[in-house]
Amino acid sequence: MAVARYWRQQEQRYSLAGSKCAICNGSFFPKRTICPTCHRRSIGKMEKFLFSGKGKVVTYTIVHDPIISYADQSPYVLAVIALEEGDLVLGQIVDCDPRIVDIDLDVEMVFRRLSAEGASGTIQYGFKFRLMDVGSS
Amino acid sequence: MTLSREVAVIGIGQTKFGEIWHKSFREIGIEAGLRAIQDAGIESSKVDSIYIGNMSAGLFLDQEHVASMIAEEVGLTKDSVPATRVEAADASGGLAFRQAILDISSGMSDIVVVGGAEKMSDVTSQIATYFTAAGADQSWESLFGATIPSLYALMARKHMHDFGTTREQLGLVSVKNHRNGSLNPDAQFQKEITLEQVLKAGPVSTPLGVFDCAPISDGAAAIVLAELDLARELCTNPIKVSGTGQGSDSLSIANRTELTGLKATRAASKRAYEMAGINPSEISVAEVHDSCTIGEIMAIEDLGFFEKGDGGPATERGDTSLEGIISINTSGGLKARGHPLGATGIAQINEIVLQLRGMAGKRQVKDPLYGLAQNVGGTGGTVIVHILEAI
Repeated sequence: MAVARYWRQQEQRYSLAGSKCAICNGSFFPKRTICPTCHRRSIGKMEKFLFSGKGKVVTYTIVHDPIISYADQSPYVLAVIALEEGDLVLGQIVDCDPRIVDIDLDVEMVFRRLSAEGASGTIQYGFKFRLMDVGSS
Repeated sequence: MTLSREVAVIGIGQTKFGEIWHKSFREIGIEAGLRAIQDAGIESSKVDSIYIGNMSAGLFLDQEHVASMIAEEVGLTKDSVPATRVEAADASGGLAFRQAILDISSGMSDIVVVGGAEKMSDVTSQIATYFTAAGADQSWESLFGATIPSLYALMARKHMHDFGTTREQLGLVSVKNHRNGSLNPDAQFQKEITLEQVLKAGPVSTPLGVFDCAPISDGAAAIVLAELDLARELCTNPIKVSGTGQGSDSLSIANRTELTGLKATRAASKRAYEMAGINPSEISVAEVHDSCTIGEIMAIEDLGFFEKGDGGPATERGDTSLEGIISINTSGGLKARGHPLGATGIAQINEIVLQLRGMAGKRQVKDPLYGLAQNVGGTGGTVIVHILEAI
């Protein structure tokens, strides 16, 4: 991904910064300009909202046939996480044996290297998750 | 919703699907188009408009603007016939078919040729996987390492957890579709496989393995459509378009309200059933989007053929086989027929037309009246459903 394209979303990638609708209180990740419930009434009323980063595994998979930019990290665990605020987010689960990941386990957000644009290219950082009841390695 | 003017299929054609090293995008596009024109028995000068379903010639071939390219190759730029390329990831073909129907229904055109084509084998399989993932959310899925199969794998795991769907039931979708593909001379894989082979195949993204995922394919398919009264004059066996439906959902799966089915399939099929004035039980044969085996399980539930959670058991009972209650993916599906992204939606319609004409050879189901095709873009951001009727 081009550097500028990544840079524009840095805040959301570094800190799980989404949006909250001031009218219905609905929260969203990634951030939204318009609330899908309140429609035009929400224009200009979407506020920045920081998610805690804590949540539970809704579903997961161990990716053996990776996307090319992650070939050096394969196999890796990809999961849908239900954040404690109620929203779902997709991310990797790291710092553990992939085989112990399971549905309903508690996770928390960690800051990690995502992928690099080739050997000498820009390194991209962002959120991943780790299981809460096992120590980090 | 109804169509202002009714529409029928009067001709179909396609290339064999597979790794077609010796032919270019242009050549397979023309081959399918000319076969459809020949099948319809019309002069190409009668064509009012062209639609091309193509996901990404830009990524795969560095070539955009393929509608003009195909129009030129089939000799229709001489009269400046309008040519439009339509894109909705691997639902591009189904969406192009729908645009052709709307064109005729509006009164703008009487005869339309719609094609779908993709040439994927000019790049390595790793690059093809990367390009195909452009049908998911680049910023919030692919950037975290998601491929299309991995996103379906997330849905598969959840479906297994919530409904008790088994790994074996997923595998049996592939076994059935390979069996059907063995009876289809245009299929990429014409060989039967066993459940043991599916279960022992290398993992792609757990629980899905190599035999759960559609291959990388080249191929093109085309259809000639005409206004219904004109269709009756032009041919003896027109197949009527009784229903068309389209639905959308969020591009990324994490922004959806459920992970064990596709809301857009339910919306699109509800609209198509209402237009056709029929119930799911009246469909005898259906082509559904099994880009991964879980896709077929979810489709047969979301389309109303089986209760939610019964898709796996129904497959195990043989209810979806050629001899079953409703025959699913008689062509071999995306898994065995092959999945040249933009061509898939058109190839699905072609199979339903063959079945309704009673010309599907060894894989013919008995006297079908209605057939359905469900084409999914990416992981369900776009779903197109069509219902065809033998008249």
